[in-house]
Amino acid sequence: MHIVVCVKQVPDSAQIRVHPVTNTIMRQGVPAIINPFDLFALEEALLIKDRTGARVTVISMGPPYADVALRKCLSFGADEAILLTDVAFAGADTLATTYVLAGAIRQIDRQHPVDIVFTGKQTIDGDTAQVGPGIAIRLGWQLLTYVSRLRSLDTAARRITIERRAEGGVQVLESRLPCVITLLEGINEMRFADMAGMFRAARYDVPRWDHTTAGIDDLGGAGIKGSPTVVAQVFAPTPKAVTALPIPGDTPRAKAEALLDRMFADHPKLEESLLDHLQTLGTAR
Amino acid sequence: MSDARDGARKPAIKKPKRALEARFVGYRGVWVFVEHERGHVHPVSWELIGKGRELADKLQVELAGVVLGGNGAAVRALCDEAVFHGADLCYLMQDEVLLDYRNQPYTKGMASLVDTFQPEVLMLGATTQGRDLAGSVATTLLTGLTADCTGLDIDTSDRTLLSVRPTFGGSLMCTIVNMSTRPQMTTVRPRVMPMPARDDARSGRVIEHPLGLSEAEVVTKVVDFIPDAQADKPQLAFADFIVAGGRGLAKPENFELLFDLARELGAEVGASRPAVHANWVEADRQVGQSGKTVRPKLYIAAGISGAVQHRVGMEGADVIVAVNNDEKAPIMDFSNYALIGNAADLLPALTEAFRSRIAAARAKKGGAA
Repeated sequence: MHIVVCVKQVPDSAQIRVHPVTNTIMRQGVPAIINPFDLFALEEALLIKDRTGARVTVISMGPPYADVALRKCLSFGADEAILLTDVAFAGADTLATTYVLAGAIRQIDRQHPVDIVFTGKQTIDGDTAQVGPGIAIRLGWQLLTYVSRLRSLDTAARRITIERRAEGGVQVLESRLPCVITLLEGINEMRFADMAGMFRAARYDVPRWDHTTAGIDDLGGAGIKGSPTVVAQVFAPTPKAVTALPIPGDTPRAKAEALLDRMFADHPKLEESLLDHLQTLGTAR
Repeated sequence: MSDARDGARKPAIKKPKRALEARFVGYRGVWVFVEHERGHVHPVSWELIGKGRELADKLQVELAGVVLGGNGAAVRALCDEAVFHGADLCYLMQDEVLLDYRNQPYTKGMASLVDTFQPEVLMLGATTQGRDLAGSVATTLLTGLTADCTGLDIDTSDRTLLSVRPTFGGSLMCTIVNMSTRPQMTTVRPRVMPMPARDDARSGRVIEHPLGLSEAEVVTKVVDFIPDAQADKPQLAFADFIVAGGRGLAKPENFELLFDLARELGAEVGASRPAVHANWVEADRQVGQSGKTVRPKLYIAAGISGAVQHRVGMEGADVIVAVNNDEKAPIMDFSNYALIGNAADLLPALTEAFRSRIAAARAKKGGAA
């Protein structure tokens, strides 16, 4: 059993500020973290490793300093890590990203056949949720997205049964290995790294694959060249043209009453809608 | 900060110098994927038909709905609905293999429709089904896809789709173009575009096309479907009244005060990302860039500072009330009213105030039991 986990190093979006005049991202001091959604993918792979002794390989495409994220994954218990880094990979949109990731997974598969690829459901910087599906299509493997639970995994029969979040319910699917699985958040809790893991990660020299080592001969699908979508404009969100009206009052209750008086005077339809809504709900007491 | 932002000018759109590949030159028309699951159409489909109508008119082309599904009149009726909401025609692919949504046959079906009928724009809802399908279809066709757009427009000079989307957790907006390949694919979140009017006097044609895939060729099988109605999942996206809490509530127990207020108003309870990450409430309640987009009539935000990440998911609310002990919190820049003080004191007061107000209004209406 061999599992490949795809992770991305991202800026912590909670700490990003936009320069008010120049409209550019102020990156100074913004820490780089492992995309939080990817940690659920890593933990799920490690849980399978705990049960079956599976081999877990973590890969990431990014600049040379993204090896920090990979070393962190090793400290949690991943067996191997590979950083895909090459100037030809830079400036990629999701289509070009999956070209490189799928190429590298094929190369890994040639050395140690891969059974499952895990990814997070999306990244916090791009929020596209497209890379998992893209990898599956390029590899020609089954795609299982928004997976909330692995019900069963039969490595001998090469069968897997999962639960996935669908619109309006949970879909239970039975599929076949090899497959690509994107995992929903909150399905497990990331373990802590132990001392041995931390020491191992510190000593580990993360292999860097460029397009040659990754076995990607044709660079037409990678980087800017392989990206049909281009950012043509960047701007700060338009602020809503209101400023909150502070509601006066000596006590919390007085403030609350004053709010309702003012709010329903300004928006008489809102009170009507609320009463209608309660009527429909049948909560009339 | 808001003044400075107001003053910031929007830079001009700079398109790269790339030519449309010759094989795509004849691609014409705007398509909207009509998403349905177990007999329920996702309303985002009609929201997109509304937006698609506007884009198709600008391009002076037809707007088509695309319906894939199992055999039967119910699926076929979705074509009429697409037309009633604004489409000129509908592409219909019916096959028992398409009865339940599965990635492999839906990707095959959609890609085959695109190859055959060659649209220039293809829009899908940014739902679990829409995102699963869009990413797969775009990779199969090797075309560009822009996810989670909040604004769409057409540059009529060269027929390009201008897709606006938030990036970096909503801190910045960007406009994305695809100059070289077609169709220009995009996903749009539910509740971002307004619902168009339905007119059942409209009529349009239906073009049928076969899937060409047998069940034996489909690897993944549906074993079961557990509907949410049994699981009591929050229906945040469509709620008209929402009370939401953040880390400013100080402790998870204070979320109970929010639930009390929500019961009084028949409201749904939402949360900011930090509150979800702290495990105070379940992830389904998260509002914002990596959670749900909501458009309620009233949104009460308690102990939420108003990070852009949260704001992009809720600023479409008609009326926003901020309950916060920090009168300088960013949320004050986009709320209508502010209750300054300790949320743990203000929330119960608000619950009481609403309770007596509602009781009084009912008494006035003639004392409903």
